Amino acid sequence: MKIEPFSSFTGTPVLDNVPSVDPAPDWAIEARGLVKRFDGFTAVDGVDIFVPRGAIYGILGPNGAGKTTTLRMLLGIIDPDAGYRRVLGTERPTEVARRIGYLPEERGLYPAMKATEAIAFLAALRGVPLKDGRRRGRELLEEHGLGYAADRQIRQLSKGMAQQVQLLGTLVHEPDLVVFDEPFSGLDALNQGKLERMIRALAARGTTVIFSTHVIAHAERLCDQIAIIAGGKVPFAGPVDAARDRLRPQVRLETRAHDGLWRAALPADARHEGRFWFFTLPESGVEPLLRALIEGDAGILSLSIERPGLHDAFVAIAGEAAARALEESAEPAPEPKGRR
Amino acid sequence: MLRHHFAAAWVVARRDFCAVIFSKTFIFFLIGPLFPVFIGAMAGMIGAQVSRDLDRPVIGIAMPAHDGDKLVAARGGLAPRMAGFVPEYTVLARLAPGEQFDARTVLASKGVKGAPQLAAVITGTLDKPVLTATSERVDQWRGQVALIAAEAGAAGPRTYPDVTADKIAMTAAKQHVDLAVTAQAGQVLLFLLTMLLAGMVLSNLVEEKANKIIEVLAASIPMDALFLGKLFAMLAVSLVGIAVWGSVYGVLMVAGMKSMPLLATPAVGWPLFLVLGFLYFAMAYLLLGSLFLSIGGMATTVREVQTLSMPVTMMQLMVFFFASYALARPGTWIETASQVFPVSSPFAMLAQAAQSPVLWPHVVALVWQAVWVGVIIRVGAQLFRRTVMKSGPSRGRRSWFKRTPVIAAR
Repeated sequence: MKIEPFSSFTGTPVLDNVPSVDPAPDWAIEARGLVKRFDGFTAVDGVDIFVPRGAIYGILGPNGAGKTTTLRMLLGIIDPDAGYRRVLGTERPTEVARRIGYLPEERGLYPAMKATEAIAFLAALRGVPLKDGRRRGRELLEEHGLGYAADRQIRQLSKGMAQQVQLLGTLVHEPDLVVFDEPFSGLDALNQGKLERMIRALAARGTTVIFSTHVIAHAERLCDQIAIIAGGKVPFAGPVDAARDRLRPQVRLETRAHDGLWRAALPADARHEGRFWFFTLPESGVEPLLRALIEGDAGILSLSIERPGLHDAFVAIAGEAAARALEESAEPAPEPKGRR
Repeated sequence: MLRHHFAAAWVVARRDFCAVIFSKTFIFFLIGPLFPVFIGAMAGMIGAQVSRDLDRPVIGIAMPAHDGDKLVAARGGLAPRMAGFVPEYTVLARLAPGEQFDARTVLASKGVKGAPQLAAVITGTLDKPVLTATSERVDQWRGQVALIAAEAGAAGPRTYPDVTADKIAMTAAKQHVDLAVTAQAGQVLLFLLTMLLAGMVLSNLVEEKANKIIEVLAASIPMDALFLGKLFAMLAVSLVGIAVWGSVYGVLMVAGMKSMPLLATPAVGWPLFLVLGFLYFAMAYLLLGSLFLSIGGMATTVREVQTLSMPVTMMQLMVFFFASYALARPGTWIETASQVFPVSSPFAMLAQAAQSPVLWPHVVALVWQAVWVGVIIRVGAQLFRRTVMKSGPSRGRRSWFKRTPVIAAR
């Protein structure tokens, strides 16, 4: 499977040192070595995920990386072929389904149901009495400015509104763990902001939120920790800052002189675009470089050091993992013994 | 945990039941089967009229001297003033004093010349007539004969002679045949209802797949609770339908549709037979329904469901034929097999209820069938998870339906 990088950023990711796991933390989700195969295709290949209680956790990955399959295994919708999972303290997630809220990527409600009824139905599935579900549904719709749609059928609502109704139905039973699969897709910018605020509010009251996305900006703004999935594997899992630290800072340099001895001080990856030089900050730091530029009479007009964003880190990490997977798949498999 | 299972099944059942009952199409579901009932009733009325026109029973008379002629004359005088049908009277023999007449032999023969539809024979005297006929005929005509004999006799119509009944007992063979007819009628009704209703569950999961709500359901409740809920919702819908159709049938009966079939009383009696019929309908429905729900669960579109409906109907027919075949072979291994084989068991056991008064086999059969309902739901739910949801450990073998899963890897 070939995964094209999203940008031309050329950092050097470090893939081998996945952070070690705290031996006795309070995990909401603990998964080790999850594997899932579909008709010979390995969708998820040894995924480890550790989500602390009360955290906002992002699962990032390009399309087809195995994010949804991983979430479904964590929820007990499907069972892994191999590996271990523990959700809210139990190895059988369906037993704690009433404490979990789930918004799948493919949203769906019964079209003939009224909005309040739809929320009450989703609540009833999680053990909330129908009467309470209706009352709570009406309250939630009012709170989120959808009170006027309470008695409208789902088929009469816009796609975005129906999505919000389902979102409220996901949260109506006040779950301890909320799992969103691509929650921002299909929402306009205003509602995306609203959802971000909602996620922060959930975490503030102690709810664990885990969501998948391929839009990195949401994860960067919201997440305490992330896992990057690519080709069914997790090349990185840990805090957002740790992911960004996987890449060296980038230097943008503007000089008056176009050429000179100072150019020998620039790193090998330096490239010239317009008026600027772009290169990775050398491991020796910025001081030796500055000295060489000054002594070489480069005429520094501007110099900035930019810490890589999560987007850059994601592209680099996921891209490298995809490339590695491609290399592995290209290697000829050894001929099985005893087969004719 | 089991409580949660049933609570979840109840949530699904309630939703499905309300969704069906309050849909506009449900009215068509209700009136659909009534069309053949009305057509059948009308055809029956015409048939009954034709039958009445053709069936003109005659009562033969074998009495001393001219008593028979007096009886015929009295009948002729009274019949136009009497309500209801009064059979024709014909003199078979004018008996000399001391002469005997064997009415039973005459009735057992194919009739006598001039009275091919001889249904009863009056012997004795006008003061002490003897009516020889089947039990129903005796009950039907005893009063008439007394009145006509009184009119014919010197005593006048204020003194009614006692009519001695000479009932012809039904033979064991005839009784067996009648009970078999009741058994078969029960089986046919059971088959028609299950065929009409069980097929509905085939498309039951397509709605959830089309609406993409299946994933929310799968994450919220156990799959077998979903199956159980759907099955019981449709059973409840079926019972609503049966209640409506049964009421219409009752109205037709009250309205005097004489063409409605009168069956011999089942061996366990009508009340218990009806209770067992209800229970066996529920079991037949749940057994076939769970099977069809599992099969239909594999389908992703309405078109696929339509394609599946034909083999499923054939399957129902085979089950019915098997049970009917076994009905004609009492005491053989075929009958036992049809009672043990889960999907044919309700049909075979209902036939058993019509023919044998022993009750304990029904308790065993109902428990046996309930166990199988549980097994099929469990296996169906696992199969659904494995093949449609693409879950469960890989066993290295192909699924029944090679297809793109509804919930595929992403």
